[in-house]
Amino acid sequence: MSTTMTDTLLSVRNLSVAFHQGGKTSTAVDGISFDIKRGEVVALVGESGSGKSVSANSILKLLPYPAASHPSGEILFNGKDMMTASDAELRQVRGNDITMIFQEPMTSLNPLHSIERQIAEILDLHQGITGAAARARVLELLNQVGIREPEKRLAAYPHELSGGQRQRVMIAMALANRPELLIADEPTTALDVTVQAQILELLKQLKDDHGMSMLFITHDLGIVRKIADRVCVMTKGKIVETGPTAEIFANPQHAYTRHLLASEPKGVPPVSDTSKPVVMQAQDMKVWFPIKAGFLRKVVDHVKAVDGIDLTLRAGQTLGVVGESGSGKTTLGLALTRLISSKGRISFIGNEIAGYSFKQMRPLRNRMQIVFQDPFGSLSPRMAISDIVAEGLKVHEPALSEKERDARVAAALEEVGLDAATRWRYPHEFSGGQRQRVAIARAMVLKPQFVMLDEPTSALDMSVQAQVVDLLRDLQAKHSLAYLFISHDLKVVRALANDMIVMRLGKVVEQGPSERIFTAPEDDYTKALMAAAFNMEAVDVPAVRQ
Amino acid sequence: MAADIVSADPTLLTGRTGRLSPVNRRRWDNFKANRRGFWSFWIFLVLFGLSLGAEFIANDRPILVSYKGELLVPALVQYPEEKFLGDLGFLAITDYSAPEISEEIKANGWMIWPPIRYSYQTANSNIPHSAPTKPFWLMDKAERCSGYPQGENDPGCTLGNLNWLGTDDQARDVAARMIYGFRISVLFGLCLTIASAIVGVTAGAVQGYFGGWTDLLLQRFIEIWSSMPVLYILLIIAAILPPGFFILLGIMLLFSWVGFVGIVRAEFLRARNFEYVRAARALGVNNRTIMFRHLLPNAMVATLTFLPFILSGSITTLTSLDFLGFGMPPGSASLGELISQGKSNLQAPWLGLTAFVVMSVMLSLLIFIGEAARDAFDPRKTFR
Repeated sequence: MSTTMTDTLLSVRNLSVAFHQGGKTSTAVDGISFDIKRGEVVALVGESGSGKSVSANSILKLLPYPAASHPSGEILFNGKDMMTASDAELRQVRGNDITMIFQEPMTSLNPLHSIERQIAEILDLHQGITGAAARARVLELLNQVGIREPEKRLAAYPHELSGGQRQRVMIAMALANRPELLIADEPTTALDVTVQAQILELLKQLKDDHGMSMLFITHDLGIVRKIADRVCVMTKGKIVETGPTAEIFANPQHAYTRHLLASEPKGVPPVSDTSKPVVMQAQDMKVWFPIKAGFLRKVVDHVKAVDGIDLTLRAGQTLGVVGESGSGKTTLGLALTRLISSKGRISFIGNEIAGYSFKQMRPLRNRMQIVFQDPFGSLSPRMAISDIVAEGLKVHEPALSEKERDARVAAALEEVGLDAATRWRYPHEFSGGQRQRVAIARAMVLKPQFVMLDEPTSALDMSVQAQVVDLLRDLQAKHSLAYLFISHDLKVVRALANDMIVMRLGKVVEQGPSERIFTAPEDDYTKALMAAAFNMEAVDVPAVRQ
Repeated sequence: MAADIVSADPTLLTGRTGRLSPVNRRRWDNFKANRRGFWSFWIFLVLFGLSLGAEFIANDRPILVSYKGELLVPALVQYPEEKFLGDLGFLAITDYSAPEISEEIKANGWMIWPPIRYSYQTANSNIPHSAPTKPFWLMDKAERCSGYPQGENDPGCTLGNLNWLGTDDQARDVAARMIYGFRISVLFGLCLTIASAIVGVTAGAVQGYFGGWTDLLLQRFIEIWSSMPVLYILLIIAAILPPGFFILLGIMLLFSWVGFVGIVRAEFLRARNFEYVRAARALGVNNRTIMFRHLLPNAMVATLTFLPFILSGSITTLTSLDFLGFGMPPGSASLGELISQGKSNLQAPWLGLTAFVVMSVMLSLLIFIGEAARDAFDPRKTFR
């Protein structure tokens, strides 16, 4: 390494951030210090609420002042203190020396401007490049970030690009002024695994080409291992451990780091057993949404969200449904539970439910339950936990007395590991993991035979994820439940599902025992998915989109 | 950024805590934080409460009479003259301000008058000069009592018998008409608002929840319906049907419910795909319960924010109809009629001024309350 590489580019000393709201002050970041050297990638790792994003935003002073304030600390960038810099000086640094890319590429781009205009605007603003020179530079940047056929993409608007392409455009904008430091705030969290692998690859390569430093904010330890030189582990507003990546992963010192490293979903799925009774069976399932056009709204084509899927699910077994966003896995689940209409045969514990009306379905609803992805959205904020859990009981077992119902609710809450004494509280008083437990309790209180789990762990922090996976496995063993487990997270699927379906664009790519698919995937797409999920490696096969 | 911070509520409560959910408690705090709206709310409640008891504030009959050891409540019960005068009395309604009655009662007991001794339709027969009469404080003692038989020394020339805000052109007490007029305006406004909210929310809910053809057809119907020239149709219908509180309410309801449909429909369209609504559907909860328990509370936020503004709109519509003479039946207390009297009696500014002050205070209070309600339901509102 050259001598310039050891120079300290950014030095954060004893930084604190406090938020004031309604007379209350909460400290989000509490005296953190870290350095970033030239050409180095530093990862800030922590779970949600640990203060990592707030720390990153304070570097460019992007917090909502005056609601936010810095009780202490200094941020030295190239030896200059950003805390005392004037607004004009800060504007010089922002977008020029230090740039940021954010988690959600859709909302970070202006939907009304073309790609070319958005990138050219930055060039004009900081370097005064306009006209043909600007266009040439935009093309060069788009080439650098790996957008295919950039000439054709210049006039495109953000909604015409895929999530991965949008994030590439964001990176192009960030690179436009050859920054010294790139702050990436969860840049791949909203992306599919295969696209995530591509973006990580790209960032790594850009860093090597430009000698740029990077501050990488993430909750995903896999990404850290892949990209970072050094790691700062954050929890509750403090950095508890700092060190070279390899060292931290090999020999974690702090209890929290060890806890974090140990929190990947573990355990084994139930053993496949074809002697168990079939709970749910579907043949040639199709969900086609019509595309209508013209004055008379004639159906010209269909969006084939689910296109001819067969599946069999037995008691006490888990069928994992894996695929990227838009592959139709949630649609499949909703069609199986008859929440949307579909074609094809569905039989559920001996009932041919494909043609059933909502009324005919009602007596069966307590046998099939759903747990949704977002524990914040799936609980009504206006109802106490006990009312939420009791809702299904009121429909299916109206004969229960108030007392019996309350006892059932309390038992269900205890079963999912919540204190029954908290059942009069409202959802907002619970953490994400606890809320997901409530959602599981709502399903379990009806003693179902089949539960559709729609990405139940995706919105949760790593360590909580592992707990929820354990809980689901225990409940399955105890009640011999049949799970349809929908997820894009292959690690969780491996820990829960004994059979799996890999979906792509509504069709089955590969289907079979998960053991076999994980160890010896046959299809190219499955292989790419595995490589991206477990090794963060981008595989260039036609099946993987950009 | 800020959302990353988990703000643990230190006051976690065990046990069911009253009827107010935390969401509502926050709203109530937000409402209170808007001082102007909060005070307007209480002032309006007090005024409205007082006007509900208008019979005890402004009435041509005493509140309480003790006659020969018997307690009578003339404010609520009509007693015939026979009760006090025996065979001499022949009227079915007693005029308590008539000298023979008041002397008879005073000789055999006592009576308590309300502060204003006129109801909204009582004509003052002792006015000092031709109606409309000035407020008494614009005249000296001799002039203000000149209408009474014994002039300044007449026992009838008391504060309660004088016209605090003058009289209108039919010698009716303006203060009394103002109080009754306020009451009927607010009651009418409330009835109309609640009725149109019920109709409008139901229509919006059905449209938003079921969508598709239901939505399409109702939307088109509403577009045609709301493009009608409302005021002219009101005038035509009011000219055919006999005027009256409920007829007017019905006519105005025909058009006013449309205002709620848009917001409620939008809320239902948005919220019907919420995960907790989907979860309820997966539990087998029926459509009606989902609409009431899960969706309506969402829509109620928009509706409640809208209510005070609809209320003030309804009051204005009633007043304008009254002003044009197509409103409440003749003789009823109405602010619109008071304004029209003020217009035709420019020499008596107390008529127009009173109506103006009452209307503006009432409408301002409602708007302030509406603003506070809007703040209260705004989830992003923060107060520093």
